[in-house]
Amino acid sequence: METHVVVIYPHPDDEAFGAAGTIAKFRDEGIPVTYLCGTLGEMGRNMGTPTYANRESLPAIRKKELIKACEVLDIELEMLGYRDKTIEFEDRMEIAARLKGYLDKLKPSLVITHYPEYAVHPDHNAFGAAAIEAVSLMEAEDRPAIWAQAFSNDHLEALGMPDIINDITPFFDKKMEAILAHDSQAMVSLTQQRPNEDPNLDEKERAKLRLGIEQFYTL
Amino acid sequence: MKPIEIEKVQEKLRSFENKAVYVHLETTNGAYASHVNEKAYNVGAYIRNAKVTFRKAKIVGNGSSYRVGLKTALGWIYAEGLSDWVINEEEQFLLAGHDREGRLMVALEISETPFK
Repeated sequence: METHVVVIYPHPDDEAFGAAGTIAKFRDEGIPVTYLCGTLGEMGRNMGTPTYANRESLPAIRKKELIKACEVLDIELEMLGYRDKTIEFEDRMEIAARLKGYLDKLKPSLVITHYPEYAVHPDHNAFGAAAIEAVSLMEAEDRPAIWAQAFSNDHLEALGMPDIINDITPFFDKKMEAILAHDSQAMVSLTQQRPNEDPNLDEKERAKLRLGIEQFYTL
Repeated sequence: MKPIEIEKVQEKLRSFENKAVYVHLETTNGAYASHVNEKAYNVGAYIRNAKVTFRKAKIVGNGSSYRVGLKTALGWIYAEGLSDWVINEEEQFLLAGHDREGRLMVALEISETPFK
């Protein structure tokens, strides 16, 4: 049984789309969860449906949404204040040292983050790499386990099947509630038809297929 | 934001002429473009808080999509695909263009004080 789970992702809504079911399951078991969120998604291009945000109002809106999503999931939140799209240009060791500071304090048994090079967005890849570096900087006996999330189109080919496959159906409603807390971002992502998806499915069926299973690789 | 009203936007653009101003210029098709469609390319660029002085500013367009050109001492600042505008509470002048899903594709913003 985990003692404390720390989720390390760069954007408000990464936690909702990527791991909300897994997080809800941990919380259901009474395990504390802390989200270290790297940026405020300042450079996101979704501006609400219909559009109500703009480039300058978006950060404050996404901050509010993030706080609400963390309330929905009943988890602690730390906002690290990097700028969206720029994490890969920052000094990785500096970010790793900062993340290690949180890990030293929180003493998690498990860290959830993105799998470097297989997580599509440059911020995901860079922040995941820094998180893994942070764990490696810890004393061996203090190091938490790492679950790394990969979802690039080539990840199965490159990495094989993930070893953690969470069917989060029992927590699907909670996950949707967390996703919908990110009001400015949720609708386009949820409704967008992707080329690899069966066009006969409706939105809810697509969401269940796309979001009903959360997968991770143990590092 | 609201649909561009060309006379009002032209007037506002002119009010920044020959002043040191801060510019945010951006275009993006998102970090997931080639992930959701392998035939697409990820393309984007932005410059934030470029401190510039332009001597002439003009907006041209057809009623739904507009172009803005700002002529500086040594060159140009240019944006295409602008459709919406607003002056926000910080007196920042924001122009943007959105796709049919409402996602930002291009932004040109001008302010007399730096953007946050």
